[in-house]
Amino acid sequence: MIRLFGLLLVLTLAACSPRALEPRFIDEGLPQDLADWGMVGVRDGRLILAEGAQAYELNTPLFTDYAGKLRTVWMPKGQAASWSDEEAFDFPVGTVITKTFFYRKAADGAVSPADGLKLSETGEGLDLSTIRLVETRILVRRTGGWVALPYVWDEKQRTATLKRTGQPIALTLARAGRSDRFTYQVPNVNQCSGCHATDHAAKALQPIGLKARHLDREVAVAGTGFNQLARLEAIGYLRGPPAQRPGGVDWLDEAQPLDARARAWLDINCAHCHSPTGPADTSGMYLTPAVSGPRLGLCKPPIAAGQGTGGFRYGIHPGKPDESILVYRTASLDPGAMMPELGRALVQDEAVDLLRRWVAAMPGGCG
Amino acid sequence: MGQGMRRIFSGLTIAAALALAGCGGGGTASRPDTAYQETLIQQLIDAKPGDVISIPAGVYAIDRGLSLEVDGVIIRGAGMDKTILTFKGQTAGAEGLLVNASNFTIEDLALEDAKGDALKVNEAENVIIRRVRAEWTGGPKTSNGAYGLYPVQVKNLLIEDSVAIGASDAGIYVGQSQNVVVRRNRAEFNVAGIEIENTQNADVYDNLATNNTGGILVFNMPNLKVPGFGTRIFRNRAVGNNTANFGRKGTAVASVPAGTGVIINSNDQVEIFDNDIGGNNTANVIVSSFFSAGYKAGEGASETFDPWPESIFVHGNRFSPGGGKPDGVELQALRVALFGLTGALPDVLWDGYVDKAKFVAGKPDPALAICVDNGAARVLNADLPNKAKNPKVVELRCKLPPLPAANVEFAGPIPTESRIPAAGKS
Repeated sequence: MIRLFGLLLVLTLAACSPRALEPRFIDEGLPQDLADWGMVGVRDGRLILAEGAQAYELNTPLFTDYAGKLRTVWMPKGQAASWSDEEAFDFPVGTVITKTFFYRKAADGAVSPADGLKLSETGEGLDLSTIRLVETRILVRRTGGWVALPYVWDEKQRTATLKRTGQPIALTLARAGRSDRFTYQVPNVNQCSGCHATDHAAKALQPIGLKARHLDREVAVAGTGFNQLARLEAIGYLRGPPAQRPGGVDWLDEAQPLDARARAWLDINCAHCHSPTGPADTSGMYLTPAVSGPRLGLCKPPIAAGQGTGGFRYGIHPGKPDESILVYRTASLDPGAMMPELGRALVQDEAVDLLRRWVAAMPGGCG
Repeated sequence: MGQGMRRIFSGLTIAAALALAGCGGGGTASRPDTAYQETLIQQLIDAKPGDVISIPAGVYAIDRGLSLEVDGVIIRGAGMDKTILTFKGQTAGAEGLLVNASNFTIEDLALEDAKGDALKVNEAENVIIRRVRAEWTGGPKTSNGAYGLYPVQVKNLLIEDSVAIGASDAGIYVGQSQNVVVRRNRAEFNVAGIEIENTQNADVYDNLATNNTGGILVFNMPNLKVPGFGTRIFRNRAVGNNTANFGRKGTAVASVPAGTGVIINSNDQVEIFDNDIGGNNTANVIVSSFFSAGYKAGEGASETFDPWPESIFVHGNRFSPGGGKPDGVELQALRVALFGLTGALPDVLWDGYVDKAKFVAGKPDPALAICVDNGAARVLNADLPNKAKNPKVVELRCKLPPLPAANVEFAGPIPTESRIPAAGKS
């Protein structure tokens, strides 16, 4: 009798409460439905996160056409990532990272920027009456290494389907006093490697954002504040963080020095390619944190920039932002000149402005 | 060339768009197929080592950059005039096709009108580019993509029987590579026809470089991991490279004077022999340092960079008249002052920079010499280190040991026979 009653109760609950998300690691194959992973899902008009899918944000994020990003990391029970001072943490097989790209809904089918939304506003999920989902990318650590899988949300915002060849999506971005039509480009999986194969010779994919300096940040979710690195350690996802945390720089934090803010932006937006092991090592210009002088582009002639020089002689011309190739290329929308090469169809005006001021403030010149 | 040679060498505008019609090998008359792109991207993603991706004859519109990451793949079309990927409507991607894969072969197709580079192969071993055409179909324009065929950081490379037209930088550009053979290609209406840069052990032979700004370039740039040395340029035709420089300012090639047959900049151990070089209005051969590309010593360059061209050997080439209409008012004035109104600059133009720090007992080291031992060919020292105060014809007659052939196993034997006609024949 009791058992029967119990069964009835379960059935009743199943009928009127949403199915819980069941996160899981899939070591092989190409799951066609994002729901197969159980990391994020739509319930009652909200994008919700599975228990154990720990939401996080970065001190300074990569720019993607003003899209907001909701990031999660999940590991199988008992598994943890190992600390690294500089590189991405070393994650165990079974780790599943998600990144959901979204915009705020605007009038007349347009969208508006969502990149300013903080974890305090998104960490409990997204209200789809005000948010338009675009894609969710899975980065999964399989036995054979990391694999990237892009899922594109349908117009009804109910399911996201694997689209390994990528997809162009026509959008209109509404901002104060302006409206820009652009083609949001969901990357194909080869393009995923374009950024995530940070060691271009080894060609193995790596996470980019999950580094100590990007994650060391105080956040608040559901009214509770915490440091993200401490949180990851507390829930058993991270082993071995040192007592002294590394700190990090929010590129929008005006209390920080201009140099630190610009370098933080270059780090997350450029350094996965512009590093001694990245695909842009061919340029001889490295935008990793510790670099200086010609290696950073100061008074450095370009190698193979083509029309990307914009007619200028140096990567960075101290004091002269309007004669610096770096500024020119970050402000360009010409596919043959723009930087980064992938992942944007709009100019991040605020970043160009920051870089401009950074270069303008540099002392000296180029002979 | 830059503030130095550039002022001297540049300024003269030569009509660029002469007789461009008909220079293309293909053409895109039929309406492009827009649906195939999705199939091709899927094939590039799903490729497994050993796969051949066959692209049938046709014209295919591609609107975003393609890329391949899998080793051991062959991409094969039905012919460089039959299988045409046109990127005219490209909205994203810095290349037409970007490859980061070893044991890669691409053959028998064309890449047209890419927004950036047409074909870039970045960091790979054992790469063959064969019968591929990279072309910008609207003729030479600064807005054209930079490089046609662009392997960089490749170990063991063969580029043969290919065509590059209209690149706003170099038609065929081999960068930071080792063991390279570039043969039987045609480079036309590019700023640089064929450019070998920071590359070690390259053989460039049996190519035709014509109607470019500069025909064949051997350059070294600073701030890269490896310096280039050991390039042989032989049995090529570098003729009539007089297209006005349409490179974007700030690029290295923007400093190349129009009317250059072969130019060496900052590179070492270069042997130029058995070529037909002529009709290049500035000079058939230029030997120059990084300084005359407009940069000062040490400025923006890593300390290990060596800007002097050393161990250069020019011999046994067939020079036909050139240097009669050099690019730039100052060079024109120099021509008239030294050689008369109807005279021409000599076959070889040298900027005159020598690294005195490398002198042995106060004298130049013969092993590092620039040797021009080419019959009646003369050399003009432009005396740029002294602001061109005393330019004069100089003797650089000496010999250097021949350079070894490039070692690219799959290229087969490198020819050793000369094309120089036997004595008494023409």
